[in-house]
Amino acid sequence: MRIIERLGSLLSYIGSISFFVRDTVWWLFVRRKDVKSLLREIIFIGIDSFFLVSLIAFFIGIIIAFQTAYQLKEFSSEIHLASLVALSLVRELGPVISSLIVAARSGASITAGIGSMKISEQIDALEAFGVEPINYLVVPKLISLLVCMPLLVIYADFLGILGGFLVASSKFAIPFGLYFRMTFDALQFKDIISGIIKSICFGATIAFVSCYEGFRPFSSSDVSIAVTYSVVRSFILIIIFDCILTAMFYFMWV
Amino acid sequence: MSSKMIEIEGVTKYFREKKVLEGVNLSINKGENFLIIGRSGAGKTVLLKNIIGLLTPDEGKIIVDGLDITKLDKKDLEDVRLQFGLVFQGSALFDFLTIEENVGFFLYQHTGLSRPEIRRKVKETLALVGLEKIEDLYPHQLSGGMKKRVAIARAIIYNPKIVIYDEPTTGIDPIAVDKVVSLIEDLHKHFAITSLVVTHDLEVGLKLADRLAFLLGGKIIFEGNQQDLEDTKDERVKQFIKGSSAGPIKEMEV
Repeated sequence: MRIIERLGSLLSYIGSISFFVRDTVWWLFVRRKDVKSLLREIIFIGIDSFFLVSLIAFFIGIIIAFQTAYQLKEFSSEIHLASLVALSLVRELGPVISSLIVAARSGASITAGIGSMKISEQIDALEAFGVEPINYLVVPKLISLLVCMPLLVIYADFLGILGGFLVASSKFAIPFGLYFRMTFDALQFKDIISGIIKSICFGATIAFVSCYEGFRPFSSSDVSIAVTYSVVRSFILIIIFDCILTAMFYFMWV
Repeated sequence: MSSKMIEIEGVTKYFREKKVLEGVNLSINKGENFLIIGRSGAGKTVLLKNIIGLLTPDEGKIIVDGLDITKLDKKDLEDVRLQFGLVFQGSALFDFLTIEENVGFFLYQHTGLSRPEIRRKVKETLALVGLEKIEDLYPHQLSGGMKKRVAIARAIIYNPKIVIYDEPTTGIDPIAVDKVVSLIEDLHKHFAITSLVVTHDLEVGLKLADRLAFLLGGKIIFEGNQQDLEDTKDERVKQFIKGSSAGPIKEMEV
């Protein structure tokens, strides 16, 4: 019974967030945008995440290479290492890992930021000065996540592949040229596109969930709860969407 | 044109089941300094938010300069709001913007003025509230009293018809209180604006008020000028003026 209740509350959550999504999308296309605040968001969400994403993607690349090599050894075909690392990174791990990092790092801070603005009456102040909070706060964050996520993911894929090469060259003496030729031979256009579609979808999820949670606190003790919800719900939704998209791409392009 | 700036008729507001305002009637004349006084939690801030349209009353009418704002849609309400300058309880300065951007916020958002023009205007307004050379600082670098004055500068820069002060003296030291009070007096004299001050600090309030109203438990129990206040027979009002815990108002009652 508890599972059914949980499922019901998830559905009603998606229902209530969809009104928020509708408002935000409406504001996305009306009124001029504040370039300065957009730049501020892009710097915070995109550029400041680069280091963390690079670090984690590089290590993930190394780990995947070792695990893949362990399996390939059964068939004595370690030469295919490059192709397998590239495929798992570009199709799956790049988008998922990067968006989990961004959800934990930038999503949490978006929720905390909007939440503290809400309880210190800054949101009311915006409205009092005739500025719509969704247009002023949410839309720049949405745009910068939609722009930054695909770029971060491509970058993470690249660094992961580099991590894989480190293993391939040191353990199996695969030269640079061969490794990269095998990487790009394995990757098809549809693999890259599916990774990018995923990253855009996850970026939007993070933007909507973290902003929506930010508007909910009524007192300072609610802010910590909102941040927790924001990260947990982003994670859950990212994994659910990932599952749906992966299945969809599998049946579309099998 | 009537001489009334704001008329409040039978305003009732619920938060869930809790009745926060109950049949509030008030009228505020053009150009007067009106004071709303009451204990913390009596519904003063809620009443203010109803007056500027941040909240909509469940029952009753709010007429601002001849226009019933409870019947307006979002767009028209925004236009009405621009007649108000608002000084929030905790100042509510935008913490990610500099003092210049805070004070000039309205001009940046709603006018096509160039940056140097706005900067000049911000300088003038800051001088008016007795501050200088702080344009490029951030709010967290200022003391509570200075923040309050910056918040006043932000509220008056676009010459609103009505300036609303929510607890203008809460949380700042006595010297800063004196400065803020004389500033409110000066602004009132120089610009002949209608001001509405909400406070629980009777001493400060009586220095400023032309007329005042007493809010208790969501109801107005007294409305009149200072002479009426001295002559009142209402034990509850007398108790509040004396600042005594003995009397008809119990500690738990707001």
